[in-house]
Amino acid sequence: ALLSQPAGRLRARRGLAVRPEMHFGFQTVTEEERREKINQVFESVAKKYDVMNDSMTLGIHRVWKDILMHKMNPSPGTLLLDVAGGTGDIAFRFINYVRSVRERQLQKKLKHHQNLSWQEIFESYQNDKFNSLGDSQVVVCDINREMLKVGKQKAQHLGYSEGLSWVLGNAEELPFDNDKFDVYTIAFGIRNVTRIDLALQEAYRVLKPGGRFLCLEFSHVSNPLLSRLYDLYSFQVIPVLGEVIAGDWKSYQYLVESIRQFPPQEELKAMIEDVGFFKVDYVNLNFGIVAIHSGFKL
Amino acid sequence: RGGQQEEEEEEGWHQLYPGHIRTSPLQKALLAAGSAVMALYDPYRHDMVAVLGETTGCLALPNLRDKMKNHPEGYHILQERPRIRLSTLDMARLQGLPDGSLGREYVRFLEDNKVSPDTRMPPKFVDDEELAYVIQRYREIHDLMHTLLGMPTNMLGEVVVKWFEAVQTGLPMCVLGAAFGPIRLSTRKLQVLATELVPWAIRSGLNATCVLNVYYEKRWEQPVESLREELGIFPPP
Repeated sequence: ALLSQPAGRLRARRGLAVRPEMHFGFQTVTEEERREKINQVFESVAKKYDVMNDSMTLGIHRVWKDILMHKMNPSPGTLLLDVAGGTGDIAFRFINYVRSVRERQLQKKLKHHQNLSWQEIFESYQNDKFNSLGDSQVVVCDINREMLKVGKQKAQHLGYSEGLSWVLGNAEELPFDNDKFDVYTIAFGIRNVTRIDLALQEAYRVLKPGGRFLCLEFSHVSNPLLSRLYDLYSFQVIPVLGEVIAGDWKSYQYLVESIRQFPPQEELKAMIEDVGFFKVDYVNLNFGIVAIHSGFKL
Repeated sequence: RGGQQEEEEEEGWHQLYPGHIRTSPLQKALLAAGSAVMALYDPYRHDMVAVLGETTGCLALPNLRDKMKNHPEGYHILQERPRIRLSTLDMARLQGLPDGSLGREYVRFLEDNKVSPDTRMPPKFVDDEELAYVIQRYREIHDLMHTLLGMPTNMLGEVVVKWFEAVQTGLPMCVLGAAFGPIRLSTRKLQVLATELVPWAIRSGLNATCVLNVYYEKRWEQPVESLREELGIFPPP
């Protein structure tokens, strides 16, 4: 009984219905209903999004996002599009990363200029000729106004302003022109997209040739023992945390159900390849609780 | 098991009443613990107090329901399931009633304390729809308790009402609220609480008939004092 899931799952699995259906967690709904429900979920969780992420994952989501950034290893001058980037976690990490890479670049440069006087070195800092981000930029795109609002507030609070833009947009139909970005990321967002294939197509379109696609998302745990523990935690604890911390059981019930409905690692890899990406592979983090998929546009 | 589940409506989730969320015993335990902590940590989380009441009421609620079933007025309430909300109350009529009547004093209480009966949480975690109504009724008459006991909605007043409710209903949430509520009070208030108010609340609670057995909606014209006497609530200090 502890692991049992509501009735809808059985029907969805056997594909009994013939109508154009989608799942919303374990419920079966039409496309528009799904979009609207997901919109409501994020409107309602926006303010407590970060607190909930920390509680549910015991802070581990921060490590996952750090690993994503290390895998990306962006150099200064990179133009990043972070889709479903809502509260800015990836964007801020990107800025921190390129800033520190840039600092190291500058230090190396200074080593070669050790013949400069103290005065000249000091003046060069003042003039800010060194461009701390090295012309790197990140565009945060999200479909939900509330999430963007929280993200902007966070940016202000933490002091991020340079190289950062916030755009309202739909992953299935991005408001950007072709071949524009060096890297495209979507962290814990693609699961909520109604037509994943369209989102992947759009990702391909807006990336420059040579550009990289990176997706960080909950995936499937194959180890049976771990899988049971994970299910137990997900279904028993997470909705309770949602109710106690955010006053919202249903959104977090949706969250854990949507994770189960999302395609597993190999299937997602195939979908990414179908759209035209090359050298597609993935890494499991924490035994498959989370996976990072990567692909290149050639 | 599979066949029966397939027949059930997709979105049904075996809901017993609108807003019902099915929970396992483990989830109820976690909710009880979590809501207790959160309610203490952030007293403005009234929803947590509500959840605590629902998840710990499994013994007290059937008890209350049976008390209602065995009382003529209470039985009526269970049959007709009246709700106290702004849409069902005729505020203008109640305001027009003479001073000292239940209706007039209730409206006065709502206005003075700037509260409304519509802010009560609907039950979510009670797994029986009659019991869900009982707890809903308990929540909705809470403001009437304030009126009958003459207590305002500040922390002190709420604690006093909680003591009364704890004795009357036996709901663990009331008991916890009564015991832990005073933590946030000043020593001066604690003194008044301990020496005068709580003993009175307890005596009244023990002496009075079950407050859930009163069909308040049919008694708006009754003077508050007469109702107090009828129920067995001693005059407030």
